[in-house]
Amino acid sequence: MEKAITRYWPVFVLPTMAAFIIGFIAPFLYGIFLSFCKFTTVVDWKWVGIRNYTRIFFVNGKLDTTFIHSLWYTALFTVVTVLIINVVAFAIAMALTKGIKGTNFFRTSFFLPNLIGGIVLSYIWLMIFNSVLANYSKTIVSTQWYAFWGLVIVVCWQQIGYMMIIYIAGIQNIPGDMIEAAKIDGANSWQLLRDVIIPSLMPTITICTFLTLTNGFKLFDQNLALTGGNPGKMSQLLALNIYDTMYGTTGWQGVGQAKAVIFFILVAIISVLQNKLTTSKEVQA
Amino acid sequence: MAKKEKIAASGPKTKYGTILTVLFTIISLLWISPIFVVILNSFKRKAFIFKNPFGISNVPITRGYDRWIKGVEKTFVGFLNYTNAINKTGFFKAFGYSLFITVASVALIVLCCSMCAWYITRVHNKATKVIYLLCLFSMIVPFQMVMFTLSKFANMLHLSNPVGIVIVYLGFGAGLAIFMFTGFVKSIPLEIEEAAMIDGCTPIQTYFQVVFPIMKPTAITVAILDAMWIWNDYLLPSLVLNVNKYKTVQIAVQNLKQSYGQIDWGAMMAVLVLAIIPIVIFYIFAQKYIIEGVMSGAVKG
Repeated sequence: MEKAITRYWPVFVLPTMAAFIIGFIAPFLYGIFLSFCKFTTVVDWKWVGIRNYTRIFFVNGKLDTTFIHSLWYTALFTVVTVLIINVVAFAIAMALTKGIKGTNFFRTSFFLPNLIGGIVLSYIWLMIFNSVLANYSKTIVSTQWYAFWGLVIVVCWQQIGYMMIIYIAGIQNIPGDMIEAAKIDGANSWQLLRDVIIPSLMPTITICTFLTLTNGFKLFDQNLALTGGNPGKMSQLLALNIYDTMYGTTGWQGVGQAKAVIFFILVAIISVLQNKLTTSKEVQA
Repeated sequence: MAKKEKIAASGPKTKYGTILTVLFTIISLLWISPIFVVILNSFKRKAFIFKNPFGISNVPITRGYDRWIKGVEKTFVGFLNYTNAINKTGFFKAFGYSLFITVASVALIVLCCSMCAWYITRVHNKATKVIYLLCLFSMIVPFQMVMFTLSKFANMLHLSNPVGIVIVYLGFGAGLAIFMFTGFVKSIPLEIEEAAMIDGCTPIQTYFQVVFPIMKPTAITVAILDAMWIWNDYLLPSLVLNVNKYKTVQIAVQNLKQSYGQIDWGAMMAVLVLAIIPIVIFYIFAQKYIIEGVMSGAVKG
């Protein structure tokens, strides 16, 4: 049978692979190449070696902290959102698997914001934040910390429902007799949570942690729409910093591409760690 | 309904049931209240949106009903914001482009990637192994890594239009889709396909008459995840499309913010409502598939 199928590769594989080469492989390889060049379009490149990479950190011999700032700003943002989203999503999921009345409606409303895109979502909140802060003569971009917590609220509102769904699937998979057995043995609800529920949810927790981790690291739309990186460039997360370098100032495309390569390496490290740590890869729904 | 019973069966009924129901009713209404605030404000005069975003009159009711109702009349402008927003953004055109791009891309991804996934699972050679590994690899590459080169290549290949961008989405979305389809194909027993081939089916017939129908659950999952991604995507279309000619809904919304940061908030509120309505309608009809799609697609990352 395999032989019969093999001849059919132009039908089965060719269309996807042609698009894959245009949409991913060629841009990726050429992107790495361009990070070592000075360029404004893809055809006028000039090889400059690692100069783009040094220009990320040093401009005219002086230390430039913009990239480093957005690196730790992103890291902090990611840690905060990972913690809040997972704790809240887990708590809601626990409550919504107890069989209380209205569960379906609650689940539906918590999940709804996730379907609304990052741009639309951010303008909803920009209106709310700025009208509330106007009473104190402030805006969401008054300081980088207003911007920070604004972004945290928007992202939590968006992602808690999504993670809640995955946690619900995980909790429903815990065998009921395991919980019964623990109860008969006299476990109180805290012990039940700590010694039975959380250990059997470890695969789910790992998946949700890494989903929120990569989402936080790669966040772009909300950052662009809510704060635009303001004040100054102080609320730029990494993705927006790269975008700004690439399209904001002419002559810096090479540096932007070099930043993108570093960004790729960071995301790749996180993803590889995820693969190592995830014991079971799928949530059995 | 079956889902509800499943949830109920997974845990014993709690004695705090009623209290929890009341508590969660309040929380979940608060949770979606920002959407109601936007709907309310979309009917208000521009000047009143920021002055009093949560109220419906600029005069407090303690100063008498007549004054209060006059304040209500002054605050609201009917559908003025909507006509403004539609004219300013060309909303219906943008909506059409978004719909076309999303539907066409999802259809193409599901069709092409499921075929490709079946092939690379059934045929064992070096090339198929390399393709699979490349797909895995592409899933960990952030868009920023390819955004500049991809948009320039798309331009050079004349893909900067709603039809061309479908090919770009197929290419950039192939990794995840192929990964999810191969996971499923591996669980399909070979005997079914062999029987079809012995009965004289060509591989193409075998695929469309036997394999593809079996893959339907995964196809729905992939379709839901990719539809959510493509409909809400802003950066890729804003870089790839010729934005002077073609706008998606997300680009139209973002473009309401002028380059110097000024926003017409009346029009913005209206366009946000217009952007949310189709999503809510879609959600109501496809809720079951969306929730299941998210549950079984949790590997994405």
